[in-house]
Amino acid sequence: MSALVARTPGPFDVVRRGWRALTWYVTGVLGESDYQRYVAHLRRAHPDAAVPTVGEFWRDRYAAQDANPGARCC
Amino acid sequence: MRSPEHVELVRNNPDLPPVAVIDRRPMTTSKKLIFAAIGLVTAIAWALVAFVRGESVNGAYFVVAAVGTYVIAYRFYARLIEYKVVRPRDDRATPGEEHENGRDYAPTDRRVLFGHHFAAIAGAGPLVGPVLAAQMGYLPGTLWIIIGAVLAGCVQDYLVLWLSTRRRGRSLGQMIRDEMGSVGGAAGLIGVFVIMIIILAVLALVVVNALAESPWGVFSVGMTIPIALFMGVYLRYIRPGRVSEVSVIGVVLLVLAIVAGGWVADTTWGAETFTLDKVTVAWLIVGYGFLASVLPVWLLLAPRDYLSTFMKVGTIVLLAVGVIVAQPAVQAPAVSSFAIEGNGPAFAGSLFPFLFITIACGALSGFHALISSGTSPKLVEKESQLRLIGYGGMLTESFVAIMALVTAISIDQHLYFTMNAPATLTGGEPGTAADYVNGLGLAGPPATAADIQGAADSVGEESIVSRTGGAPTLAFGMSQILGSFLGGSAMTAFWYHFAIMFEALFILTTVDAGTRVARFMLSDTLGNLGGPLKKFRDPSWRVGAWICSIVVCGLWGAILLMGVTDPLGGINTLFPLFGIANQLLAAMALALVTVVVVKKGYLKWAWIPAVPLVWDLAVTMTASYQKIFSPEPSLGYWAQHNAFREARDAGETSFGTAADPAAMDAVIRNTFLQGTLSIVFALLVLIVALVALWVCVKAIRAGGLPTTEEPDAESATFAPSGLVTTDAEKEVAAQWTAYYEANPDKIRTGTHA
Repeated sequence: MSALVARTPGPFDVVRRGWRALTWYVTGVLGESDYQRYVAHLRRAHPDAAVPTVGEFWRDRYAAQDANPGARCC
Repeated sequence: MRSPEHVELVRNNPDLPPVAVIDRRPMTTSKKLIFAAIGLVTAIAWALVAFVRGESVNGAYFVVAAVGTYVIAYRFYARLIEYKVVRPRDDRATPGEEHENGRDYAPTDRRVLFGHHFAAIAGAGPLVGPVLAAQMGYLPGTLWIIIGAVLAGCVQDYLVLWLSTRRRGRSLGQMIRDEMGSVGGAAGLIGVFVIMIIILAVLALVVVNALAESPWGVFSVGMTIPIALFMGVYLRYIRPGRVSEVSVIGVVLLVLAIVAGGWVADTTWGAETFTLDKVTVAWLIVGYGFLASVLPVWLLLAPRDYLSTFMKVGTIVLLAVGVIVAQPAVQAPAVSSFAIEGNGPAFAGSLFPFLFITIACGALSGFHALISSGTSPKLVEKESQLRLIGYGGMLTESFVAIMALVTAISIDQHLYFTMNAPATLTGGEPGTAADYVNGLGLAGPPATAADIQGAADSVGEESIVSRTGGAPTLAFGMSQILGSFLGGSAMTAFWYHFAIMFEALFILTTVDAGTRVARFMLSDTLGNLGGPLKKFRDPSWRVGAWICSIVVCGLWGAILLMGVTDPLGGINTLFPLFGIANQLLAAMALALVTVVVVKKGYLKWAWIPAVPLVWDLAVTMTASYQKIFSPEPSLGYWAQHNAFREARDAGETSFGTAADPAAMDAVIRNTFLQGTLSIVFALLVLIVALVALWVCVKAIRAGGLPTTEEPDAESATFAPSGLVTTDAEKEVAAQWTAYYEANPDKIRTGTHA
C-alpha cells in the first residue's frame, strides 16, 4: 500500500511500549507467561493433543513442584 | 548478505539460517576508550576506599568501585574463562532446545532467565554475612566481597552452570557421583544433607533473633502466612494463573501488615499477645517449618515465592537508590583491632580465616552450586548465554552484599556493637550496654544509655541491645538510610520493620523449601536401603513424607533451640558453622569443576577453578582446624567443652558466661555437638578433595579422560548471547523471522516431538 503513513511515535507510544516491555519481563520472571509458552509448544509440537485450561496447567505445575522440590538459596 | 570481517556464521543445515554467530571483531577504539575510562574511575574509587581515612569516606565510593570492577571483570576475566574453559558451542542444542516440553525444559529469553536465576540465588545470606563482618572494619569485607566474587564465586556459579547444561541439567550430587565415583558421590550426598540442616538452623536463628521481644515484627511477619494462604486460594480457585495480579495484591497486603504491626504493638493487648521470648519464637518456627513442608506447594510455598521475588527485587533496588542518594558517611574504621586480635564480639576468630567464613554468600556461596545445577540449565537457549546468567547473576549478588556492608558500616559504631555483642557481654540493658561499648575504644563520641534507648524508640522497638544475627542491624541501617530521604524520622520505624519483614520472608521461604528438599533426600536414601523401607521411595506416601519432615525439622530444630538457649550467644557460636558448611559445599563444587576441566585436557587453564578451590580449602581447613583444635576457649569448640567439663567436675555451679549448673550442662552439650559437626564437615570435604586429586592425577597420566558430557545434538534455532544484541546477531535474528514467516510449519518443536 502506498499510503503507508510513517507516524512519528508520540510520548503515549513510548509509555505503551515501556509498559509492554515491563509486563513481558515481570510475567516472564514470575512464570505467569509459562502457560502461554506451554500452549504455544503444544500447538507447534503436538497439534492433536488436548490443550489444558489455565487452571489445569497450574494444578499440574504445582503438583510437579510437590513431587520434586527445588532448593532456595540462603 | 553482509557478514563483517572477523564474524563467522555457523550453520548446521544449509537450508536454515545460521544457528550461531562467532564474533571475533577486535574492540573498536570508542569501546576501548570507554573501558579505559571505567577502569580509571574504578581505580580512583578504590584509592578513595583504601587510602582515605576518617569522616570523608563516602558510602557511594564503594558502589562505584564495585560496579566498575564488575564491568571490567565481566568483560575481560569472564570472557577469558569463556574462551579457554567453557568454549561455548552455539551450534550444539542446549537441554532446553533438545528436550523441549514446554514445562521444565523450555528455552527462555536470556534476560528473563537472568532475572529468574538471580531471584533463585539471592537470599538472606549476602545480607547477613557482610553485616557481621563489619566488626572487622570496612576494608577487608569490601575487598573480599568484590575480589572473591570475581575470582571465586562467579567462576563457581558459571562453571557449575556450564557442567549441568552439558549434562541435561543434572544436579550437583549426581554430577559428583558421575565424575568422581561412588565414594566421592556418597561423601557429597551426606555433605549436602548435613549442610542443608545447619543452614536451615542458622537462618531460622536469624529470624528468631529478629522477632523475639518484638510484637511489631511478630505480628507483621505472622500476617504473611494468612496473606500467602489467601493468595494460594485466589490463584487456585478464583483467578488461576494471574500471578502478577495476585502478587501485587499480596505486596499491598504486606505493606498494610507492616503498618498495622505498629498499631497493634502500641495497644496493650497487642503488646501482650505478640511479645514472645526467643524459645517460643523458635518453637513456632519449627512448627511452621513442619506444617509448611507438608502442605501442598500451591497453598503456601508458591505464593510466598512470588512475594519473596517481588520484595527481594524491590528492596534491593530501594537500598541501591538509597545508598546512592543518601551517600551515608562511613563510621567504621578501615581495619578494626578485632580483625587482628580475633576477639570480636559478633563472631570470634581473626581475619584469616574467619572473615572469609562469615561473608560466605556474596563472595563465594556453595549453595549456588545447588541452584545452578538443575533449573537454569534446562531453560537456557544457547551455551554462550551462560556467562550472562552464571557469572553476571553472581556479580549482581555480590553487589547486594556490598550494599549490605555499606549499610552496616554507616551505622554509629557504638550502636553497631550494642546490637551485635551477645547479651552476656552487654548485660542486656541500655546502661550496661553503654558501659560495655564505651570500653571498646571505638571512634566517635561515647554512647549513653539514653542514646541507645533513643535508637530503639526511633525504630519502634523495646530494645536494640544484643539483637544479634545481622538482620536487625541491617534493618536499622536501612531505616536510617531510607528515612533520611523518604519520609524522615516519622517513617524510620516503618522502614525498619519493612526490612525485617523482607528478610524474614526470604528466610521462611528458604526454611520451607529447604525442609522439603532435605526430606526428599532423606526419604530417597531410606528407600534405597531396601527391605521394608522401600516404601519411602514413593513420594505420594503421605505418612512417609510426614515422618521424614518430622525428622528433618527435628534435626534443624534441635540445633536452632541449642543456639537460642546457648549461654555463649547462638550467633557467635553457630554462624561460623554455617559459613564453614557453605564454603565446604563450594569446595565440593569447585573440586568437581576442576576434575572435569582436567579430564577434558584443558590442563593449562585448570588454575581458573583450582585457584579458588585451593584458597577455599585453605580457608575452610584452617577454620575447621581452629574450631576443633584451638586451645582458646572462645574459639575452639573442644577447648570450651573441656573448660566447662573440668569446672563441672570440680563441683563449680557457675562458670564463665553460664550462671547455673543447667547452663553449664548446656554449654557442654552444645560444644560437643558443634565440635562433632566441625569434624564431620572437615572429613567429608577432605574425602571429596582427595578423590578429586586422585581423579585429576589419573586424568593427567592418561592425557585426559572421557567425561559424562551428553553427546552433541545439532541446534536448529538462534538466540543472541549477551545482554545487548549486536548488529550481527540482529541480522541473523531477522533471517530467522523471515524464514519462519515463509515456512510456518518449520517452527521449532524440540527433537523429542
